[in-house]
Amino acid sequence: MHELAVTESILEIALRHASQQNARRITDLFIVMGAWSSTVDDSVQFYWEMISEGTLAQGAQLHFRRIPTRLECKSCGHSYQPDGRQLQCPNCQSLQVKVKTGEEFYLEAIEVETEPGDAKTNLQKSSQSL
Amino acid sequence: MTQRIPIVEKILSANDRLAIENRARFDAAGVFTLNVMASPGAGKTSLIEKTVSALKGSLRIGMINGDIATSLDADRAAAAGAAAVQINTGGDCHLDAVMLQAALPQLDLARLDLIIVENVGNLVCPAEFQLGTHKSVLVASIPEGDDKPYKYPGMYRGVDAVVINKIDLLPYVPFRREFFKNGIEVLNPGVTQFELSCRTGEGLPAWLAWLVAQVSSTRQNSVSGHLAS
Ligand SMILES: Nc1nc2c(ncn2[C@@H]2O[C@H](COP(=O)(O)OP(=O)(O)OP(=O)(O)O)[C@@H](O)[C@H]2O)c(=O)[nH]1
Ligand SMILES: [Mg+2]
Ligand SMILES: [Zn+2]
Repeated sequence: MHELAVTESILEIALRHASQQNARRITDLFIVMGAWSSTVDDSVQFYWEMISEGTLAQGAQLHFRRIPTRLECKSCGHSYQPDGRQLQCPNCQSLQVKVKTGEEFYLEAIEVETEPGDAKTNLQKSSQSL
Repeated sequence: MTQRIPIVEKILSANDRLAIENRARFDAAGVFTLNVMASPGAGKTSLIEKTVSALKGSLRIGMINGDIATSLDADRAAAAGAAAVQINTGGDCHLDAVMLQAALPQLDLARLDLIIVENVGNLVCPAEFQLGTHKSVLVASIPEGDDKPYKYPGMYRGVDAVVINKIDLLPYVPFRREFFKNGIEVLNPGVTQFELSCRTGEGLPAWLAWLVAQVSSTRQNSVSGHLAS
């Protein structure tokens, strides 16, 4: 099982980005996992409670977005989800196939609470740019 | 006030960065490195033993073995004539770039031509952790069954070569060669493949020739790199 290493990595990335934004607290993390990535989200959730304790991310909610595998035939253009018994194109039997989705494994975004003061400066900045 | 911060950063990016450091050390030393992955018992150590025995007269070979608890495989490689180093992963299902980096000081990189890394026997996790080796090879074997590319697509996706071992067992085990090969072709089009038997030695020469060619092209790159700098 390598979910502990994965969870530590998620925490490290989130804390780094949160401190760049002077966040007070991380409330939510959005993780994207393709069906062909081997990580188990229940185990990540389990380790998360342990290792986020005492950090800015303590108590933050993990959101997993699972992306199904999609293949696209280079010969006939057919797009399909492999069923485990067949990988080649079910329409024309071609082996020339592109993997469109299913291999993702990244942290997409986090949601943080910032100091009220910071929020105001952000608002001022955005109203200036309007 | 809550705020959403878009990130889009690969979760294993820290490992990937260390893998790049490892590669730089191999390149500086001019040593070709190979990551050997497979399920338990497919024949990783057998292939390494055969390879070391055949090439030790012409190449200086190191072996790094990742094993959950024992040093049996490193001992086998050492007996065959390699400078062998053991990494006990203590329960981890794969080697990663950190573990490999920690083992490197035990080998004199500049005095080796080839380092073969035997990853932990596992058909799921090792492929996700780059080590920084120049090439990676997956050892499949006939008795594992012909459906493995379908069940473990991730392992077949990134590798540079597939060795199909234990072909001496083809007469005794049902194995749909075409079904197996079709799966590989979809996952990794045109990947270099070797069918061989570590038991009888059949098919080994083509594998050895490929490996020797990889080693000499790394050495040439390294020499021309030194000349250019
Ligand atoms: N019949 C046959 N048996 C083989 C062949 N290659 C290896 N074996 C046998 O397969 C078994 C496992 O081989 P190893 O080389 O130890 O496999 P491994 O992948 O290193 O195994 P782990 O490190 O434990 O994951 C041993 O009993 C070998 O003798 C082959 O080509 N044919
Ligand atoms: Mg072994
Ligand atoms: Zn098609």
